Amino acid sequence: MLAEIGQFSLILAFAAAIFQSAVPLVGAARGEPALMAFGRTAAIVQGVLIAVAFGCLMASFARLDFSVALVAEHSHSTQPLAYRLGATWGNHEGSMLLWVLILGTFGAFLALFGRDMRETLQARVLSVQAMIGTLFLAFLLFTSNPFARLSPAPLDGQELNPLLQDPGLILHPPCLYIGYVGFSVAFAFAAAALIEGRADAAWARWIRPWVLVSWIALTIGITMGSIWAYNVLGWGGWWAWDPVENASFMPWLAGTALLHCVSVLERRGALISWTLLLAILTFTLSLIGTFLVRSGVLTSVHAFAVDPARGVFVLAMLVGMTGAALALFAWRAPSLRSGAMFGTVSRESGLVANNVLLTAATATVFLGTFYPVLMEAVSSGNDKISVGPPYYAITFAPIMAVLLLVLTAGPLLQWRRDRFEELWQRMRTPALAGAVALGAGVLVFGVRYVVTALGFGLAVWCIGGAGAVLWRRWRLGQAEDATVLRLIRTTPNSVWGLVLAHAGLGVFAAGVTAMGAFSADKVLSMRPGDQAVIGPATVRLDEVRDGRGPNYQALVARFSLIEGDQARFMTSERRAFPVAGSQTTVAAVENGFFGNVYISVGEPTKLSDGRDALVVRMYWHPLVTWIWAGAFLMAAGGMTSLSDRRYRLGAPAAEARRRAAVPPQAPPGEGGRPNAGGGAPGGMPPIAVPAE
Amino acid sequence: MSRLVFVLPLIALAVLVAAFGRGLTHDPKILPSMLIDKPLPQFARPGIQPGAPGFATADFRGEPKLLNVWASWCVSCKVEHPVLMQLKADGVPIYGLAWKDRAEDAQATLTQSGNPFARTAMDFEGRTAIDLGVTGAPETFVVDKHGRVRYKQIGPITPDVWEETLKPLMAKLRSEA
Repeated sequence: MLAEIGQFSLILAFAAAIFQSAVPLVGAARGEPALMAFGRTAAIVQGVLIAVAFGCLMASFARLDFSVALVAEHSHSTQPLAYRLGATWGNHEGSMLLWVLILGTFGAFLALFGRDMRETLQARVLSVQAMIGTLFLAFLLFTSNPFARLSPAPLDGQELNPLLQDPGLILHPPCLYIGYVGFSVAFAFAAAALIEGRADAAWARWIRPWVLVSWIALTIGITMGSIWAYNVLGWGGWWAWDPVENASFMPWLAGTALLHCVSVLERRGALISWTLLLAILTFTLSLIGTFLVRSGVLTSVHAFAVDPARGVFVLAMLVGMTGAALALFAWRAPSLRSGAMFGTVSRESGLVANNVLLTAATATVFLGTFYPVLMEAVSSGNDKISVGPPYYAITFAPIMAVLLLVLTAGPLLQWRRDRFEELWQRMRTPALAGAVALGAGVLVFGVRYVVTALGFGLAVWCIGGAGAVLWRRWRLGQAEDATVLRLIRTTPNSVWGLVLAHAGLGVFAAGVTAMGAFSADKVLSMRPGDQAVIGPATVRLDEVRDGRGPNYQALVARFSLIEGDQARFMTSERRAFPVAGSQTTVAAVENGFFGNVYISVGEPTKLSDGRDALVVRMYWHPLVTWIWAGAFLMAAGGMTSLSDRRYRLGAPAAEARRRAAVPPQAPPGEGGRPNAGGGAPGGMPPIAVPAE
Repeated sequence: MSRLVFVLPLIALAVLVAAFGRGLTHDPKILPSMLIDKPLPQFARPGIQPGAPGFATADFRGEPKLLNVWASWCVSCKVEHPVLMQLKADGVPIYGLAWKDRAEDAQATLTQSGNPFARTAMDFEGRTAIDLGVTGAPETFVVDKHGRVRYKQIGPITPDVWEETLKPLMAKLRSEA
């Protein structure tokens, strides 16, 4: 019964989405408030219906209703409840339902909290959003029905892939999807702006929280995926440039560019067309990610539900949505004039450099990911080519190094026009610190490690630069204590966010550099009592015994990490899941500030003298936790920025009213000198397209 | 001129979609095996019981055969088993390589549910499977009369796979010189 309720809810949501795609669009064109209001109601109804469907599927998993094919295929009675619920989205159909759930929820939020938006813009955004929803619901209903029944129902189900039975899995996909789907809102905003022929500072303010939320979720999602892979896949890698990892990374890179672009548009009214294009491209990259995972165009460890028929459908969606949006862009965007001009040395230029570099980085990853597909399309041979880490080391890494170099200067620049000599004054201290780190690195590690030293230098430069932003803002060493205290107290959250995110990138860079240069590994055959040295640590194998879990048997190996006369226990397991017929490794990881000791046990083996032993892989991972800490710092920066009062939902309208009443002036503390002259940030006139 | 710049993204998308469309026409399940059209690697594996004949590379000359990699612990192999029994009844020679399996377990499975194999050999350490590039069980290699691998089936042979792919291929290999 539950499955049928879910199925009907989905069909009704599909119907609601179809009406929501058309009615508000007509309403906005004719200026009829009733039709536009219909769009808001439909969006809420659609969101609720999809939530009901999702709830039904989740309940079917919780109740182990094996007459539902999806439950029978991905859940077994011995599987713990958390993983039964996690299995709801640990498969193709369920994850697509999660995708539309997030899409529907965002649509409902747009309707509920977008009351301060220009009504026609809101109606058009909701309409575009519903077009995306219609396509995805059709995809679900016609190619991947999650509620298909089995008759007769089996007595027990098959197990969820044991690799996916990990706490990381429960959160990784939802975060990733909130990111992917969130960019659909940016896409809808861009399409609506193109239809309306109007993209202005207010538009940028409305889009900003959505872009930010998506970016934060994507950052967390990717990081969780990396941590999961590190702990579960048993080889201690945090990133493998796997096509599907890249598929999540490309929207992140493009989304980061979009985030910075939106702030230029919001503050200065510049880069309008580019921002719109970027919003379209970011969501397109999310779509391509979906296409990649589900079509089998590329083979990958992540590729589940490989099915060319679904691939054709997703490809058709890609053509339909992105094609339409880009056509709209080609038609309308040339008439959108770029607003304010800016000097060669200015905050705007810095952000343009940021965008150029991030776009180049995205293109690099894109090429690396799709080179095999593109080559296969032009060559007739069956030779599959793959592009590995060396490619990224020589293409992606240098771009990132330049980006790190530039991004520190960015927030120290003034809007509109700046002088290089003055900029140099502001960034002298972090530059010096970075140079010292570089020099010290070369001295300590030797000239062979000059690239490593450069990495650490950039990390110090980046973190120092973030500190310099605050130093300058608070006028430390210049103003009186009371003034400094007041400036510290009144620092806007968006500035804190910027500082956290940029410093996070520096921390991240330090981790990546250390991992690249100084990680070490060993494969040994060990017997209980044997000791081994890995990196700075000494490890002893204490005992090997058998263990049991709810749905697996395990070989448990206990190690001691010996530090002086103290020892800490570490346990690594090799789990065999009889129902799924597969094995997983749970690595023993000792997280440390300076590095991780990582041990994963392999199969039992025999020594040359015939005694039993255990294959043990040991790794020393210097500063690896910094990689994730840096990423989480970036996400924290995003959240802090999101909480800025100036950017709350509804704030744009209040701000517009305030600005209409008060003559435009430079925001306090920003830039330091009054913002004189044309194109003042407050009074940005909307740029209208002449009717064609 | 500047208008043209705004059309560029659309053109790029068209090129990309064309490439993806072509990519979709390739069947992703055909993982290219390094061994296709190459001779089987050299191996000689013992039989299940001491004294029972196993098989070696040289045994694959003369007529086309299937080399099936299976294991008693492999669930998909149980799905495949009835199909293999039918093939045996139709006179298709199948050589079974028990992969990472204990002799007792492998023998018990064959005794219980029937033995579809003309010959069975053990690969307890998985050494030969590595040479064959086995990614999981079951996998089936179609070997022609000169001992060359002509096709690799990943996953169980279902009746459809047999009728549509393997049966025509075997017929063709039999008629080859």
